[in-house]
Amino acid sequence: MVRPSGTWVADSSEQMQIGIPNETYEGECRVATTPEVAEHLQKLGFTVAVESGAGEAASFPDAVYRAAGVQVMEDAAELWSSSDIIFKVRAPQGDEIGRLNEGKILVSFIWPAQNEELMKELAATGGTVMAMDSVPRISRAQKLDALSSMANIAGYRAVVEAAQHFGRFFTGQITAAGKVPPAKVLVIGAGVAGLAAIGAARSMGAIVRAFDTRPEVKEQVESMAAEFLMLDFEDDEDGAGEGGYAKVMSEAFIKAEMDLFREQAREVDIIITTALIPGKPAPKLILADMVELMREGSVIVDLATEQGGNCELSETGKVVVKHGVTLVGYTDLPSRLAAQSSQLYGTNLRHLLTDLSPEKDGTVDVNMEDEVIRGTTVIKDGEITWPPPAPKLSAAPRKEEAEKEPPPSDPEPARKPTALGAVIPLVLGGLALLGLGAVAPDIFMEQFTVFILACFVGYMVIWNVTPALHTPLMSVTNAISSIIIIGALLQISSGSNWIMWLAAVAILITSVNIVGGFAVTRRMLEMFRRE
Amino acid sequence: MDWEQIFTGARDAAYLGSIVLFILALGGLSHPETARRGNLYGILGMSVALIATLAFITGNHVLLVGGLVAGGATGFVLARRVQMTQMPELVAILHSLVGLAAVLVGFATFLDVDGHQYDGAEKTIHDVEIYLGILIGAVTFSGSVIAFLKLSGRIGGKPLTLPARHWLNLGLLIVTIVVGVIFVRQSADGEGLQPLLIMTVIALLFGIHMVMAIGGADMPVVVSMLNSYSGWAAAATGFMLNNNLLIVVGALVGSSGAILSYIMCRAMNRKFLAVIAGGFGSSGGKVAAGAAGEQGEAVSITAEETAEVMAEAREVMIIPGYGMAVAQAQHTVNEMTKALRGKGVNVRFGIHPVAGRMPGHMNVLLAEAKVPYDIVFEMDEINDDFPDIDVSVVIGANDIVNPSALDEPDSPIAGMPVLECWKGKTTIVLKRSMATGYAGVENPLFFKENTRMLFGDARESLESVLKALVS
Repeated sequence: MVRPSGTWVADSSEQMQIGIPNETYEGECRVATTPEVAEHLQKLGFTVAVESGAGEAASFPDAVYRAAGVQVMEDAAELWSSSDIIFKVRAPQGDEIGRLNEGKILVSFIWPAQNEELMKELAATGGTVMAMDSVPRISRAQKLDALSSMANIAGYRAVVEAAQHFGRFFTGQITAAGKVPPAKVLVIGAGVAGLAAIGAARSMGAIVRAFDTRPEVKEQVESMAAEFLMLDFEDDEDGAGEGGYAKVMSEAFIKAEMDLFREQAREVDIIITTALIPGKPAPKLILADMVELMREGSVIVDLATEQGGNCELSETGKVVVKHGVTLVGYTDLPSRLAAQSSQLYGTNLRHLLTDLSPEKDGTVDVNMEDEVIRGTTVIKDGEITWPPPAPKLSAAPRKEEAEKEPPPSDPEPARKPTALGAVIPLVLGGLALLGLGAVAPDIFMEQFTVFILACFVGYMVIWNVTPALHTPLMSVTNAISSIIIIGALLQISSGSNWIMWLAAVAILITSVNIVGGFAVTRRMLEMFRRE
Repeated sequence: MDWEQIFTGARDAAYLGSIVLFILALGGLSHPETARRGNLYGILGMSVALIATLAFITGNHVLLVGGLVAGGATGFVLARRVQMTQMPELVAILHSLVGLAAVLVGFATFLDVDGHQYDGAEKTIHDVEIYLGILIGAVTFSGSVIAFLKLSGRIGGKPLTLPARHWLNLGLLIVTIVVGVIFVRQSADGEGLQPLLIMTVIALLFGIHMVMAIGGADMPVVVSMLNSYSGWAAAATGFMLNNNLLIVVGALVGSSGAILSYIMCRAMNRKFLAVIAGGFGSSGGKVAAGAAGEQGEAVSITAEETAEVMAEAREVMIIPGYGMAVAQAQHTVNEMTKALRGKGVNVRFGIHPVAGRMPGHMNVLLAEAKVPYDIVFEMDEINDDFPDIDVSVVIGANDIVNPSALDEPDSPIAGMPVLECWKGKTTIVLKRSMATGYAGVENPLFFKENTRMLFGDARESLESVLKALVS
């Protein structure tokens, strides 16, 4: 069916219902909307319904949803059929796919690139599907970037997992029973997850090192008080690909990288890998021999096992011990912090809905002209609209543009001040002084000497004034520049009426200045107090 | 030895003493602790100079005392009544008085033909001194009056840019020189009042035009420049009267104002002449729109959330700007600081040299609100600390926290040193709207990921924050 592009308005003018079914994926603890988020959704004009027990695993029992004004439904099928919009975390599976139909909108993680079959099945239902993993990476869309929210949680949780399997403190201590060295943590990949891991490990007191193929993240790593490992590598290869993600590197680069990891493996206690390349299997960074090099009791947390793993020996979804090293390969780290990740994911969804419902009237408009909505929508009324056209703007300046710019040319090197240039004004000044001295009377030269010396004294004294007191400085200099009063005082005794009155007015106004200037300076200085 | 010689000798010694006292007064301002004593030295120096001179008064005592008392009383009342937010206006109007006095004394000296008899080169030099003294005094006077009117909001702060204003200024300068030559020639024949009056009018117009062309946020430069001029006017009067005390004091004040102007210009990365030429900020808007590119969306925050974020922080940096002065929010800021420090949060203040409308304006406002000065820091002292700051609170400031000054070479404010608050964890910007600052430049800070906007009047917003903090 074809509708005019750019608009999708609810058939009825009634409020749309948002349904949140139970997650059917084995072991998934998250829920797409928390009671707090549901309140906000209702403020946007929607009604919210949740399948009974949906939030149980994330510590949000039905009663709390009811208290937030959410309708709790027993039957999943009924929930799907009565709702216009379905919020989910994981992509639908099994029966769920068939429950989508024309006119309904499903919002969840989909991973269209990896799930071609699922995409076809969903398209066949005629519904609309928005994939939270396809939100464009532009600044405006950051608040609905669920990948970042989840990566942040995964990074934090990775450190918690590592701590659980690591037999020692993270922080160094000197105790009565002896000295405890701090744990050394290597984080590979300084994306959102990597940075979160760095932050968590740092705050537990570990020494943290981080590596990333994109040199521009160095500053971010260092801002979190971690050490950024530099590669001893000739070429300036920049690992930043489209949209701020990493890309595949050259062979020579990878060799240098491996040498670095091998060296680090001997030293560190914990390795957390977060390296992913969009649409590609995860790069193998920690090889079997590196695991062997690590000390007994060390821990590796591999956040990429779902995409094949960064470590050769890690196993998807499991914790295994090999060569005395614990390898954590969980793929459900966000789900292991279910309350937190549900809250953040729900908030991401709420922001998406805010964009979809600009009128806040409880209806949505899938406006395909909007760059964010366009990118997120992977199936529109049964038509696959993925992949979207390339984003117009990238969060980071694109490399090609930078290369197109002409290299900084320096046809005219900046003119250096020559010795002659410095001497000429001096000579001219000296000559002018000589000329002045020749014609001017002695008394003038004497005064001129005093004047120049006073300028220098003023220069020296004023540079010592603390900037905090610049306002009092101005008011006090104001008061003392009214020393002009002396001129007026000398003239007031004149016999001429004109001179007498000019002098009298001058005395009047300068005394305003003298008293006012000193008094206000005093008042201000009185206010400057220590604690 | 006759008595007159002893008297003049004593007087010159007293003048020397007061010169030393004035230098000590300025030297004392190097630290808040010594500054109070410095001010006393200044008062003492002025008293010594006045008493030494009064001994030589031969007549018109009533008028003299009347002027001193009336003027002094007025000054005292002004100083007591002025609000600290009005300090720039007060300083400007006081500058104008120095300028006016220089003009009056100049005319009186010119008319006082019986005072001294000069011949030849001496006469020429004396006339040039009178001419310059009145010229500088008149420019200071009218310029300061305009600055006062602008600062007190009686006339708008927008720069007035006449067509071909640089040529107009140049023309005025040439006319002034020509009239000066005419004046010196006529004066040699015992005349010259007419060219002197013409020049005075031109100088007054020039002062008005110069300050009219300069916009509101360039006022720190203007105020310190006028401060400098008032010093040069005093020095010129000293040359005119052959008085070393006036020359020295004028030179001290003149160089003080010049240094302040230099510091202010450096803090904006602008050339002094470019500031004085005026017109800045009236055409910046379009430049910024092109260069800034994607702006993204500013994320707002509520007062309650702000309070929460601050209470959970360990290091808070408050960055005040002119908006704090306008909203009179400094007392609330202090209350908030106290509440936060009570919760164990380390609160500091970061002051940009050109924040506010005159040098040191923010420091005085914070001091008035009883913020202890040892938690108030200059930009150079704290700019490297931002990575460790949990929350930066920007109150009514814009250009001084604009990252495009560092990132965008095309920006009108490129190269201006700014407070790099975006390097901290979170920045909260208190602002009335999304309007641009003085320079008319978009501020990418507002769209940064870790920036939150708290819209509304600064004082009301802060009061809600304070309420949430103490509850």
